[in-house]
Amino acid sequence: MATEERLLITGNEAAAEAAIRAGCRYYYGYPITPQNELTAYMAEHMPEAGGVFIQAESELAAINMVFGTAATGQRAMTSSSSPGISLKQEGISYLAGAELPCVIINVMRGGPGLGGIAPAQSDYFQAVKGGGHGDYHIIVLAPYTVQEIVDLTQEAFDLADLYRTPVLILIDGQLGQMMEPVVFRPRQPPSLPPKDWALTGAAGRPRRVVRSFFIRDPDLVAHNEHLQAKFRDVEKNLVRYAETNADEAEVLLVAYGTAARVCLEAIREAGSQRPRLGLLRPITLWPFPTAVIRQRAAQGKLFLAVEMCAGQMVEDVRLAVEGRSRVGFCGQVGCGTPETERILAAAKTLWDGG
Amino acid sequence: MPRTYARPKTLFDTSTHYCAGCGHGIAHRLLAEVIEERGIRDRTIGVAPVGCAVIAYDYLDVDMSEAAHGRTPAVATGIKRAMPDRFVFSYQGDGDLAAIGTAEIIHAANRGEHITVIFMNNTVYGMTQGQMAPTTLVGQVTTTTPRGRDPAREGGPIRVCELLAVLDGAVFLARGALSSPRNVREAKRYLHRAFDTQEEKRGFSLVELLSPCPTYWRKEPVEAVKHIDEVLVKVFPTGIIKDWS
Repeated sequence: MATEERLLITGNEAAAEAAIRAGCRYYYGYPITPQNELTAYMAEHMPEAGGVFIQAESELAAINMVFGTAATGQRAMTSSSSPGISLKQEGISYLAGAELPCVIINVMRGGPGLGGIAPAQSDYFQAVKGGGHGDYHIIVLAPYTVQEIVDLTQEAFDLADLYRTPVLILIDGQLGQMMEPVVFRPRQPPSLPPKDWALTGAAGRPRRVVRSFFIRDPDLVAHNEHLQAKFRDVEKNLVRYAETNADEAEVLLVAYGTAARVCLEAIREAGSQRPRLGLLRPITLWPFPTAVIRQRAAQGKLFLAVEMCAGQMVEDVRLAVEGRSRVGFCGQVGCGTPETERILAAAKTLWDGG
Repeated sequence: MPRTYARPKTLFDTSTHYCAGCGHGIAHRLLAEVIEERGIRDRTIGVAPVGCAVIAYDYLDVDMSEAAHGRTPAVATGIKRAMPDRFVFSYQGDGDLAAIGTAEIIHAANRGEHITVIFMNNTVYGMTQGQMAPTTLVGQVTTTTPRGRDPAREGGPIRVCELLAVLDGAVFLARGALSSPRNVREAKRYLHRAFDTQEEKRGFSLVELLSPCPTYWRKEPVEAVKHIDEVLVKVFPTGIIKDWS
């Protein structure tokens, strides 16, 4: 039985190691900065684990290799950064439609277009609103430390299997590149439903088909109703968030990933100044922690969304608040993080009624 | 009287959605016969394309997956790598394989993936009402080449087997024609050879089948098969293009 293991490791490498420890034996990737350490780690270590690593000819091929392996019921993963994730969206739509479990990691960089290679959080819309064509959502997890990258990546494979869905882990380039000490703990794999849909060769059973195509209208309606029911189930059962000083706060900062770390620093700097600050950090970006935000709004708290983009998650905060309170935004467009001084100033302006 | 010719069990007892005189039905049957003769129905996983054969799984009684348009060899790669002792085939048309999926087929072949590709070349997009395919003949009229394919404007037809033949990983490449009983039997031999290739883990195998499309060739079915023997084979010569033995 493995014991606890401590490592000093980058976020990108941590995600790779966590995936291998979660039983992922198939990784398909394509080079793109700032996630190359992840691909290199997989190339080095996946064969040692008896797994398969392929450097695919494109992001399209990589996500569709994931599709093929996922269709056999095996745990598969791909990773990329923003422009590459755009290319994968077609495949992600097919995976969601065919209900195939897999894990996808997006180590976000700035956009649009080729953008840059510096960290950003500007793929929120794409991640949580579907991203590809059709009516669907995938589970989106947002770690804010390297340890949480480890924990959530391992759990992502279980969630993918449980709900038969792709799970996207949204990391910004800063978290991907930074090193932190992490602990790998032995895990008890949870009880998961049997993969009675997997393609393994139809020995001793009726054959199976993995599909998202339903040419008869009523079949497509029924399939979508089934998917929507599943999404409601995920919304009901999976929402996760962490709060800091939330009860005392007059202004609740709402942030995930690296932006949440900056917010924690801003809260420390603010000390006992008014407005008193707290943090609500969504851990699941989809499903979004709508209910708790609504509850906090009813308590009269103001909200300041802090993001490394021009303001995307703030829209979901406003939807949750539904006019019960005021919602402000503080962000850094292009790339990089907003400074604590700007967050404190924005919170003050919001508190003062601006 | 003994029954010498029957429906292979791997082929569902149903009518297909294919047009009268289409070659897909013949190709499905050949594939089903080959799977049955080799006794590998329980160890076979297929990948259907986007195109006329998009619901090939409605006719073939084996485990099957669909794939996004052109990504068929990538999906087949993902299946084969996870299930190396299963027979994995992909079934693709000329648009799926030689236009939108060009990168995927070249790289699957170059990696020497142990998969078998059945490549249906009917020189036209059938599913979407008859547009130009990468294999459309010079001068051929389609909805997107209403004045005929002009090589100065659209380039010429792509010969897929010859294109792949330069790759070391592609070890068995053959082109058959679904135009006469004799040619159909020859095509079946190629399919067996391709499955031999996979069974012996020699590398990537592909069988191209010249297939009639009476609907979008605007020909009677009999004229369409004649068109294969008289015209298509001059651009796409049949036979084994590459073999590992």
